Amino acid sequence: MNPTTRAIAVLCALGVSASSAIAGAREDLLSRYANAARAADAGYAGPSAASGEKLHRNRYAGGKPDTPACTSCHGDDARAPGRTRAGKAIEPMAASVSPARYTDPAKAEKWFKRNCTEVLGRECTPREKADWLAWMSKQ
Amino acid sequence: MHPSFRFIVLGLLASAFTVLLLKRAQAGDDDYFPPVTDKATLQECGSCHLAFPPSMLPAASWKRMMAGLEDHFGDDASVDAGTAATITRYLVRNAGDARDARRDGRLLRGLDPNAAPLRITELPKWRREHRKVARSDWTSKEVGTKANCAGCHVDAAQGYFDDE
Repeated sequence: MNPTTRAIAVLCALGVSASSAIAGAREDLLSRYANAARAADAGYAGPSAASGEKLHRNRYAGGKPDTPACTSCHGDDARAPGRTRAGKAIEPMAASVSPARYTDPAKAEKWFKRNCTEVLGRECTPREKADWLAWMSKQ
Repeated sequence: MHPSFRFIVLGLLASAFTVLLLKRAQAGDDDYFPPVTDKATLQECGSCHLAFPPSMLPAASWKRMMAGLEDHFGDDASVDAGTAATITRYLVRNAGDARDARRDGRLLRGLDPNAAPLRITELPKWRREHRKVARSDWTSKEVGTKANCAGCHVDAAQGYFDDE
């Protein structure tokens, strides 16, 4: 292997391990929510991406009138940027487009709390968070 | 007065005037408000809206704002106590009526010194500056709300609020 090829190989390996570390952090967060859901319900079957998508797209009456759904700010396409009520762009929610998302548990919790309260009028359950994150992980 | 003495006086006056102009230019143009540089402030205040320049409100406003984040214009924007303390310190230190704010605090002109408004859009000077903006501009798709400075002032994030 010549030095250039070796350098490229090393860099690729580093890149792969960096991105898998990110995916690892996201999977950790997902299993944390799934474990909490299982603790609340012994018959819990695990995260459902389909339910997560429903949660994301559903319109709710319990929250603030100008944000009836997650999509009110995040938009219909999870891979496209959204926009806050105050006009600021929001990075896409899809993990494939914004891989750095969902790697900081405190940040994820902060926004789940704020946004679920705004949209649903209550906090989300661990089960809902797991479903939602499972869907976003596949987007 | 001797003609050459008069010449010297005039020359001195002219250079004093130039220095004054230069100083004014150095102090920055009228549309510049130093943007937020503190990381925590930028992150917490700049996720939902433009991280408004701290000099756009007096210190009393920022204290009041930071004490009521649970109901921040209808949203829960609360942060942990440590972060809140850091942000408050930064905002107060750089407020429009801070001792070294100098000309940065010019948006506070005409404001009752005892007032602590929460909305920049309630400042007399802000209102005067925006009185010619048509209602249809505020409700346009790009703007939508008076909180969206960057809808018109495209370089707002860099501190420039030029007339567009």
